[in-house]
Amino acid sequence: MLEVNPLQRPMTTDFDSRDMDWYIDKIVQFLVFVAGISAIVFIIGIFVFITFEGFGFLLEDFSFREFFLSPFWEPSDEDVPEYGILALVAGTASVTGLAMIVAIPFSLGAAIFIGEFATGKLRESLKVLVELLAAIPSVVWGFIGLSIMNPLIIDLFDVPVGLNVLNAGVILGLMAAPIMTSIAEDALKAVPDRYREAAEALGATRWQVIYKTVLPAAKNGLLGAVLLGVGRGFGETMAVLMATGHAVNIPGSLFDPVRALTATIAAELGETAVGSPHYQALFTIGIFLFIITFLINLTADLIVRGIRKG
Amino acid sequence: MKRNFFIAVSLATTTLFYSLPANAADRTIIQNKGSDTLVNVAQAWAEAYRDVDADIAVAVSGGGSGTGIAAMINGTVDIANTSRKMKSKEVKMAKGKGQHPFEHVVGYDALAVFIHNDNPIKSLSFEQLKSIFGRGGKATKWSDIGINVPGCKSDKIVVVSRQNNSGTYAYFKKAALGKKGKFRQGTLDMHGSKDVVDLVEKTPCAIGYSGLAYATDHIKMTCIAKQNGGECVNPSVETASDHSYPIARPLFMYTNGEPKGAVKTYLDWIKSDAGQCILMKKGYAPSRDVSCG
Repeated sequence: MLEVNPLQRPMTTDFDSRDMDWYIDKIVQFLVFVAGISAIVFIIGIFVFITFEGFGFLLEDFSFREFFLSPFWEPSDEDVPEYGILALVAGTASVTGLAMIVAIPFSLGAAIFIGEFATGKLRESLKVLVELLAAIPSVVWGFIGLSIMNPLIIDLFDVPVGLNVLNAGVILGLMAAPIMTSIAEDALKAVPDRYREAAEALGATRWQVIYKTVLPAAKNGLLGAVLLGVGRGFGETMAVLMATGHAVNIPGSLFDPVRALTATIAAELGETAVGSPHYQALFTIGIFLFIITFLINLTADLIVRGIRKG
Repeated sequence: MKRNFFIAVSLATTTLFYSLPANAADRTIIQNKGSDTLVNVAQAWAEAYRDVDADIAVAVSGGGSGTGIAAMINGTVDIANTSRKMKSKEVKMAKGKGQHPFEHVVGYDALAVFIHNDNPIKSLSFEQLKSIFGRGGKATKWSDIGINVPGCKSDKIVVVSRQNNSGTYAYFKKAALGKKGKFRQGTLDMHGSKDVVDLVEKTPCAIGYSGLAYATDHIKMTCIAKQNGGECVNPSVETASDHSYPIARPLFMYTNGEPKGAVKTYLDWIKSDAGQCILMKKGYAPSRDVSCG
């Protein structure tokens, strides 16, 4: 995230005198470089670590077919342990999918309002509030799911249990919305004013300006915002653990309890013996999650970068 | 910039603060961890033991038998509480790490099948349990076993189970579903015995299982029969003690090698009448005949 500004690079000229300032400059440059490179070091370190921990499983008990296509997850069985993550993937995907259906209209609407309509104090305070919303810890969201949404869903829809796809999807949608709003608003801001001015000069109404000019121009940035939201959804753990009902299940309806990949790791890792096949299988899920979120975030980043340049 | 802010915030929220117990220096601390079934009684023992020997403090935490065993293998506890025997694989793994698990039976626990207070079921046979809890079982609706539960409009049986490294989970699976048996898909896997009881208490359609000690007035237990239509036995401390209740299991404490020093005196006290009476008061069956005053 940290980059060395090319303008601040010391110039190598003839009258270079190596005084105190010169050394301080060098040191600071080095520190900034280390900080900048640390993100890369950490990410590679983490990847190497989880691959290393999960490697034994990949070599011995892993079967591609079982792992990805079997819905049975019972790794602690003494005789015939089962390591299928299909149901867990279905759980994560269904919850994230619903979350996006909830979050996209919310965040897009909020971004358009903040970026195009709100002015002055209202705009600034809205922006601060959105960032504040993004800072609510996920345990708090999970608690809301468990103690407010659960009885509400039972009452409203007359279902036996309120911990299900609907509950977790709505919670996750609300969690992802502020981040998506921030990024979408950045994307709208990146659209040059002359586009709007040109559209208005042609007699377009405000809605027409947004719908016909600004949104198409900010298309990539908005897509990036959505993808980052999806990445957040895949990676979220605590709220999902608390609100899904934690049942290994391929959901047939919104009211079926499910279990997410992340929640499975969180719930089981602390209680498995280090180095056991179960432990390694959990790390293999970790590798899978890591790759997926990495790809999603990378795509989002590339798309967002694409528009900034273009 | 914005994203850096998010990263900073998420880091701050995930940071945990550990605090060390006060005056740790002048007391011997026994680390005791594991089974959620045993955690209440382990806490009661630890508290009562303060009056026996003030110089020994017992730090108790739960998390499940798997947690306790994992901690035993990793060598981070003095006593691991479990509600199941250690698997041979686990013992081997422990030995590989220089730990020699030594088993102590400290009591027995009846696993009760819990239902909502409005549920009219009186008794369940093993076969019925299998069709409700087991994979491929036929009973997915209460009407499938000929029961109409008031308040459960969907008629669907909501099966409540435990996370798969819980000792209660492992024992119930073996006892009710058979050695090769497995749980059905879509059970709600709770993270503690109390969570099971809480959920069943609030959900008319639900059925779950937990240690007898977690029973409350707001929840019903079924009578268990070995055969269809056979005589059924209600779960209680007495029926667990005389082994007439079919789903009762021994409760274990594991130490690394034969216990020595403070750990030994603590375990001896647990097995004495004083310790066993505390166990009984908490709703478990003692490991031998005791007389409590």
